[in-house]
Amino acid sequence: MKIKLFHRFFLFGYVVLISIFLSPQHGLAEYDYINISDPFLNKIPVAAPVFKDLSAKSADPAIAEQAAELINKSLAHTGYFKMIDPDAFLEDLRVKGITGPQINFDNWRDIGAELLITGGITVEEDYLQIEFRLFDTFKSELLFGKRYKGRLEDQRKIVLRFCSEMMYRLTGKRGIFESMIAFVSTTTGNKEIFTSEFDGHDVKQVTRTKSLTLFPAWSPDGASIAYTSYQNDKPEIFIRHLADQTEKKISFDGINITPVWVPGGEKMCATLSFEGDEEIYLLTNNGKIDKRLTKNWGIDVSPSFSPDGKNMAFVSKRFGSPQIFIQNLDSGAVRRLTYEGKYNTQPDWSPAGDYIAYSAMENGQSDIFVIRTDGEDLKQLTRDSGSNESPAWSPDGSLIAFSSNRTGKSRIYVMTASGTDQRILINLSGEQTDPAWSASFKEN
Amino acid sequence: MKKRNMYFKIGLVILMVGLLVTVSACSKKKSHLDPMEQAPSSQTEASAAAEQEAAEARAIAEEELRAQQLQEQKAREEAAQQKTQAREQFVNKDIYFNFDDASLSSDAREVLKDKVEWLRENPGVSVLIEGHCDERGTAEYNIALGQRRAQSVKTFMVNAGVSPSRLSTISYGEERPVAMGSNESAWAKNRRAHFRIQN
Repeated sequence: MKIKLFHRFFLFGYVVLISIFLSPQHGLAEYDYINISDPFLNKIPVAAPVFKDLSAKSADPAIAEQAAELINKSLAHTGYFKMIDPDAFLEDLRVKGITGPQINFDNWRDIGAELLITGGITVEEDYLQIEFRLFDTFKSELLFGKRYKGRLEDQRKIVLRFCSEMMYRLTGKRGIFESMIAFVSTTTGNKEIFTSEFDGHDVKQVTRTKSLTLFPAWSPDGASIAYTSYQNDKPEIFIRHLADQTEKKISFDGINITPVWVPGGEKMCATLSFEGDEEIYLLTNNGKIDKRLTKNWGIDVSPSFSPDGKNMAFVSKRFGSPQIFIQNLDSGAVRRLTYEGKYNTQPDWSPAGDYIAYSAMENGQSDIFVIRTDGEDLKQLTRDSGSNESPAWSPDGSLIAFSSNRTGKSRIYVMTASGTDQRILINLSGEQTDPAWSASFKEN
Repeated sequence: MKKRNMYFKIGLVILMVGLLVTVSACSKKKSHLDPMEQAPSSQTEASAAAEQEAAEARAIAEEELRAQQLQEQKAREEAAQQKTQAREQFVNKDIYFNFDDASLSSDAREVLKDKVEWLRENPGVSVLIEGHCDERGTAEYNIALGQRRAQSVKTFMVNAGVSPSRLSTISYGEERPVAMGSNESAWAKNRRAHFRIQN
């Protein structure tokens, strides 16, 4: 546990967040607040009022306001929650207090809140402590509470750590709050790889190739990004370690594109054409060829793996038009997954393993679909809104990021896995395409 | 009396000279010079005429030479222009494809035959074949498709006798369109194989 924690802190920089449980733990993981079958249509109403200042000398009120604002925005972002407008609130917990006995739960039930989050902040010089409590208003019961301590500038990390913990308590999954999104942007005039946090916050430029850079993919530990770049006047794969800024190159004759890690992180996979045909190869982490996976004349491209690493979805033109196929890596057996339409590409296997998202093109416009891995339950998630491409599942499977030119320029959007709550994720000059969502960096 | 005789003689000489000049002027074909302007010189008349004739002959020869040189230069320029044109045509004339297709149409094959011919006439030249796609479809697949287009052009040329060592391929997928716009006319121009001379 200590090693894991250290690893996580290392990934996230230099912040050490001390967290203390505020209540005895009971069986919260089995909690069924979130309706698994259609959670996004029946959102849980949550109230998260401005936090109470518990400091000895009163702190800047902006800190408490920012914390509440971020918790509201972040929870709404998941698609699971409907955050209740503060204008509706009947009592001010900054005056009354934030612990169970101080709260009149009738006041929260009356405005429709099923869950209530209270918070208290303590500022002491450069340090910030926030305590959070999550209540079930109908049971008038504390579900869990947690106290975090860090530096003042760690406020965002502290709030997101609580959100992450709350999601874990409610769904058994860590959620998205500590994940990242990589994407392609033409902000500088060339296509380069950028990253942002899960909600579009803190955009950073990763590559400066001044050429054409495409197809970012995260390593499972989030430490590296692989991509295709034309910086040497041909499409080659680079694997960049984000912290060290070191780079490895995979370059065979012809094209070297669509890199992806095989779950587990021991191997990679990519499309290469050095044998005269576009085929998918298994590679070592050092870019050496382990074995050729597809053996069919015609384009084979865009591998995506099942979470157990045993099956691979990919695009093949073997029957005339691009369609999605699934290959079992042990037996080599291949079956066709998509039959609807004449142009189905960009498969992305869901983290739960049960669905594959992809883009389907008709009359020059693409839309995002999901299909169960047995080929049943095909659902169209975008429609009548420009071209929608490159679906990428969030690490908890609740959201799908994609690119859309519905307002003219291509932008990165996000929606729930049911296709609801479609909204723009990143505001940046130029055009953005090809999102790739990292794993959740917080370990269970 | 003596004086009168002398005047007569002078008058006669003048008359004869005048006559001679007139005759000589008449014997020449189409002189545009006015005989009255010519200096009366009884001794140099014949040599002057010969000299003039020689000068005129020289001028004609020079003119002919110049014309010949001009013609040769023109021929050289034309040949160079033809060569440049052939080179430009080789570079500028793209091979076009159908949507989601890398196979060569009969038109494409005709254009490629000319290109093979040009490569035969220019044995020192190596070329890069670029494969491109229109904006429809997705970036990953289009890079694979563009590669396939470049590859099918290369295969045709190798089968037609061009050494594979002179031909390399690259795909830009849908990333480098030549025609903007989301319509069939733009798409048709963008689904192409383009040639780049490398040396």
